[in-house]
Amino acid sequence: MRLSRNRLASGAARVYVSIIRGTPLLVQLFVIFYGLPSIGLVIDPWPSAIIAFSLNVAGYAAEIIRAAILSVPKGQWEAGHTIGMSRTRTLRRIILPQAARVSVPPLSNTFISLVKDTSLASLILVTEMFRQAQEIAAFSQQFMMLYLEAALVYWVFCFVLSSGQSYLEKRLDRYVAH
Amino acid sequence: MSHIEPTPAAAGQDGNLLTVTGLSKAFGENVVLKSIDLSIRPGQVTALIGPSGSGKTTVLRCLNGLETPDGGIVSVAGGPTVDFGGKVRAKDLSDLRDQSAMVFQHYNLFPHMTVLENVIEGPIQVKKMRRADAIRDAESLLARVGLADKKDQYPFELSGGQQQRVGIVRALALKPALLLFDEPTSALDPELVGEVLGVIKELADEQWTMMIVTHELAFAREVADEVVFMDGGVVVECGHPDTVLRNPRQERTQRFVQRLLHPF
Ligand SMILES: Nc1ncnc2c1ncn2[C@@H]1O[C@H](COP(=O)(O)OP(=O)(O)OP(=O)(O)O)[C@@H](O)[C@H]1O
Ligand SMILES: [Mg+2]
Repeated sequence: MRLSRNRLASGAARVYVSIIRGTPLLVQLFVIFYGLPSIGLVIDPWPSAIIAFSLNVAGYAAEIIRAAILSVPKGQWEAGHTIGMSRTRTLRRIILPQAARVSVPPLSNTFISLVKDTSLASLILVTEMFRQAQEIAAFSQQFMMLYLEAALVYWVFCFVLSSGQSYLEKRLDRYVAH
Repeated sequence: MSHIEPTPAAAGQDGNLLTVTGLSKAFGENVVLKSIDLSIRPGQVTALIGPSGSGKTTVLRCLNGLETPDGGIVSVAGGPTVDFGGKVRAKDLSDLRDQSAMVFQHYNLFPHMTVLENVIEGPIQVKKMRRADAIRDAESLLARVGLADKKDQYPFELSGGQQQRVGIVRALALKPALLLFDEPTSALDPELVGEVLGVIKELADEQWTMMIVTHELAFAREVADEVVFMDGGVVVECGHPDTVLRNPRQERTQRFVQRLLHPF
């Protein structure tokens, strides 16, 4: 959207991305869960968390994809044009496949952060994994064990994600010199 | 070996395939083209020469719709006539673009596609050709330029000369009425220039209509039917290669040709 020729759309997108990237996720979470009720909008913990995380990831991903699209040389747009393609078709067939290659690493990082940041949801009373660990730990007094176990689960998730990332990077790298 | 033929180009009533009148273009304050007149007959090869910044690239880009001129009329026999002085319809613009195909100085191949995929992309996606037909055509074109065995490689695996030959084939595969070359050999190592010029010469022999921006005067003399010398956004002189390159009438042309022939 920030690449759009429509001034209004690109302006709105710029403000959105700037707010999302310029404020802590925790604050965004609190605004939605604790702040919105004061203007009469009450959202339950789970939906609040889902909304906050989605808005947040969307903001980061949008910026990553925008930068990736801009990193493709102008000559690629022109080559698409000269073989008769419309802008949309050039974007889809020529530009995005090349942008995908450069955006996989930063996008993966964003998703890995997201997995870890889900622990923040415990602070708005969502009983996600970390909060469950806290509750069981408080009950059983086995703090070290349970927190380590929680850490292990996060790590496994992130490990799976970064393996996926390596696989994708290899696949998309087959057409560049090493 | 199979043969590629240019689309039998229609000639207009005046015998021209392309007629350009009063083409003008400015970038902000910088007036780059000041009323350019050009014409080209079917099967003719025109070499566009001139000093850096004289507007040669801009002429080609205007013809291929990569830039929109500020004024002037571009007319293609059997295609559209577009008057850039008035309101231009998007349909005419894309029709005009489809009459020509550009071969770029830096090749601009699609790096994420194999050689074959580069060539069939336009025919399949734009011309809606059947895949099998597009592949058959592409393979015979690639064989023509000596690249049959490279079809499944990616551009980064090829030399500059090979990449430019793929660039030429990608343009040919669309069977455009007019081929546009913007300094097709100036990004190449000297020892690779010959293989690309050789292909262009063969296309000339096969009666493709071509407009070539080049600094290779010897090549222009041998292959071109007409040489157009531009300077400062105007056509200073045009005519038979022997006249323009050997006995130019204009002093500016003389100085330019002398400088290229005797750089120091
Ligand atoms: N997109 C653009 N924006 C602004 N100015 C431009 C643009 N493209 C070209 N120009 C200017 O237009 C003038 C002519 O450029 P052009 O590329 O057509 O010259 P040329 O004859 O092809 O030169 P060269 O031999 O160096 O390739 C130059 O002064 C250049 O700076
Ligand atoms: Mg140029």
